[in-house]
Amino acid sequence: MKRFSALALLRAGLDGQKSWPRDWRDPEPRKHYDVVIIGGGGHGLATAYYLAKTHGVRSVAVLERASIGGGNTGRNTTIVRSNYRQPALQRLLEFSLKTWEGLSDELNYNLMFSQRGALFLGHSDADMTKLAERGDSLRCVGIDAQLMTRRQVARLIPLLDISPNARFPVVGGLIQRRGGTARHDAVAWGYARAADALGVDVIQNCEVTGFDITDGRVHGVRTSRGSVGADRVGLCVAGNSGLVAAMAGLKLPIESHLLQAFVSEPVKPMIDTVIMSQSVHCYISQSDKGELGLGGDPDHYPTYSQRGSPHRIDEVAAQAIAMVPALSRLRMLRSWSGTTDMSFDGSPIIGATPIDGLYLNGGWCYGGFKATPGSGRLYAHHLATGAAHAIAAPFSLERFALGATIDEAGAGPLPQAR
Amino acid sequence: MMLIACPHCGPRAHVEFTYERTMDAILSVDVDPDTAVAILFQRENPRGPSQELWRHTYGCRSWLRLTRNTVTHDLAEVVAWPPA
Repeated sequence: MKRFSALALLRAGLDGQKSWPRDWRDPEPRKHYDVVIIGGGGHGLATAYYLAKTHGVRSVAVLERASIGGGNTGRNTTIVRSNYRQPALQRLLEFSLKTWEGLSDELNYNLMFSQRGALFLGHSDADMTKLAERGDSLRCVGIDAQLMTRRQVARLIPLLDISPNARFPVVGGLIQRRGGTARHDAVAWGYARAADALGVDVIQNCEVTGFDITDGRVHGVRTSRGSVGADRVGLCVAGNSGLVAAMAGLKLPIESHLLQAFVSEPVKPMIDTVIMSQSVHCYISQSDKGELGLGGDPDHYPTYSQRGSPHRIDEVAAQAIAMVPALSRLRMLRSWSGTTDMSFDGSPIIGATPIDGLYLNGGWCYGGFKATPGSGRLYAHHLATGAAHAIAAPFSLERFALGATIDEAGAGPLPQAR
Repeated sequence: MMLIACPHCGPRAHVEFTYERTMDAILSVDVDPDTAVAILFQRENPRGPSQELWRHTYGCRSWLRLTRNTVTHDLAEVVAWPPA
């Protein structure tokens, strides 16, 4: 791996930047690996990287059906934060956020991680009570949170409609200053490049078509490019967890739904914070390129179509314009949707399955991007040591049968209740 | 966007309807705990035809059984549930 630096960039300038090697190899699958990861998204690639880096497991392959980062890793709204309410989720996402800080340096890859602040708006006294309670709980465990008055919010985001007659009046907010955004594609590429440098085989265009399982133990996978043996196999295919698990005869507490996102034409900087409203269900941020990324609620029914309903576009646009009226003149460039792995309590599943040697990382609902580095570290720990890391332990697959669900929304055991 | 033909009200936009659960996920009260866990939490999550329980929530409020393709959203059947 040739390291990126200002000096290397200058040097490469002498030959028109033609001396850069490819960022990762294009290896043929070997007959056997210690660990095979199915799914070359951010989580799978991060897992492979930490297996090699932290645990010294170098015989690792990441099998990706298409090209890396082409699924939900490249379809989300790139928001990173750890201001959750359930203690288990706070620990998980703060572990991840701490890993985000400094990750560009560690990977020697510019992830454009920008801690521009993630703000929840409060639209009523009841909202503010809830936000104050959340902020207190966060500060108790050492996560930054700051309650803001209406005036402070107005100073932070001058374009916000804070008039008393606003459709969604702003009473105040709760900000996590360390929250922000990152460039999602770069996360997949950065991890792939760093993992490849440590000897991990990143194998694209290699679809898993089945498992070799005897006596309740997995011995490898069958792929479109031949059989690959493995001591341990890790599923990391959020969106399609149910389909891949079905090849191993498993049924999971997961349904695949969809979430839409929208991006506008690029404009000059107008919003330098991530604006979210959990009462209105709309979130807005501006990329470094100037495009505004918008998102809202999921579509609330099972689908693999990756094609959302227009009524949601209408709803998100109406909410966004009501909050930031200046958005009304912007043209939307694209809308798209990703297949979300909706778990039955809204929290992810990281851990063992009933089949020996087969592990699951999925059920991230619509909130997996922010967890990418933490998820990779925790999953790698489990795959390398055979035991769950203390932070990941509450997210086991057994929690549903045990009644130990982690329900952030307090909405009950239905995937569409998130 | 789906156009769902409610057997009571005729064709209506899908925003009037809410998805409840797949038909294999309907729990009866007299099953043993292991079966209950399986029915509540284990899903086939099919890619293709699926039998689902929906409700015409913002219409006649009836329960409906849909046979719906989860990739194309084609509706093969919409019938009242439970059958009369």
